[in-house]
Amino acid sequence: MRRVLLWAPLVLFALVFALVASGLLRPADRTVHSAMVGKPLPALALPALLPGKPGIASAELKGKPRLLNVFASWCIPCIAEAPQLMKLKQAGVEIDAIAIRDTPEAVQAFLASNGDPYARIGDDKASRAQLALGSSGVPETFVIDAAGRIAYQHIGDVRADDVPMLLAQLEKAK
Amino acid sequence: MLVTPALAGVTLIFAAPSFADSKLPPAELAYTQLPDPAQEAKAKALMDTLRCLVCQGQSIADSDADMAGDMRALVRQRIAAGERPGDVRTWLVQRYGDYVTYDPPFSWVTAPLWLAPLVLLGLGVLIARRNFAKRRS
Repeated sequence: MRRVLLWAPLVLFALVFALVASGLLRPADRTVHSAMVGKPLPALALPALLPGKPGIASAELKGKPRLLNVFASWCIPCIAEAPQLMKLKQAGVEIDAIAIRDTPEAVQAFLASNGDPYARIGDDKASRAQLALGSSGVPETFVIDAAGRIAYQHIGDVRADDVPMLLAQLEKAK
Repeated sequence: MLVTPALAGVTLIFAAPSFADSKLPPAELAYTQLPDPAQEAKAKALMDTLRCLVCQGQSIADSDADMAGDMRALVRQRIAAGERPGDVRTWLVQRYGDYVTYDPPFSWVTAPLWLAPLVLLGLGVLIARRNFAKRRS
C-alpha cells in the first residue's frame, strides 16, 4: 500500500501534465455553431433594405438550394469574402443576404466598392433574424436546401478554398 | 520612456477601439428597463444566466457588445409580451445549444458537474465519521 502511495504524486503530476498539454496542442473550439442546422429555416419576414431589391421571406427561399449570407457593411471580413461570393454568383448560385444592424446608404456604398452578389437583402436592424438563425456573428453563410431546410453553416469569411466545398454542399442540398 | 499609469490612462482615452461595430444606435430595450419592475426583475435574472455569444466569458447583462444589447432587447420584449423566462431560454437553447446558458440542464455531459459536489460531500462525511470514531476509541 505504501509503495503504491509513493508513486501517487508522480502519477497525479503526469495526469495534470497530460491535461494541460492536450489543451495546449488541441485548443478547444470556441466557435458557436448553430443548433438550427438540419431544421427548417425559421419564419423570417425582413423588409427590403435597398430600393429595387426584395427583402427576405422564408416561404420564398425554397425550390432550389441557395446561400443565405449574414453580413454587414461595417464588418471587415465581409469585404474579404466578397470576391468569393461574386465567384459563387457567377457559378449560378443564388445568394440572399441578411444585413445586420445596417443602413441603406452604408450597404449601397459597400456593394458599390465590393460587388453585389445578392438577389435579396433583408434588413435586420436589431439582429432578430440573426438570433432566430442561431448565428453568432458576421459573416456567416448558410446553405438552404431545396426544401427550405438549413443544410449547412459556414462560420467566418468564405475563403477561396471554401468555394468548391460550398458548391459541393449546394449540390448535396438539391 | 517611462510610462506612468496616468499617461497610460490618457492614451487609452484617445485610443480608438480596433474592432468593427455597427454604427446604428443600440436596440430599443438594450439599455432601457421595462416599466414593470416585476417583469424587469424576471428579465434581469434571465439575462444574468445567458452567455454573450461574441464575448464568451460574459453574460449578456454584463456585456456592451452590440449583439448582447440585441439579445437583452429580445429578452425584455419577450418577457414584456408575457412569455416565461424558461420559454425564452428554451428558444435560445434551440438555436445555440446549451452553450448559450450559464445554467446548464442536466445531461450525461453535465452530470459530473451536478453530481461531483454530492459525491465530494458524501466523501467528506465518510472521512469525518472515520476520524471521529478513531478519536473516541
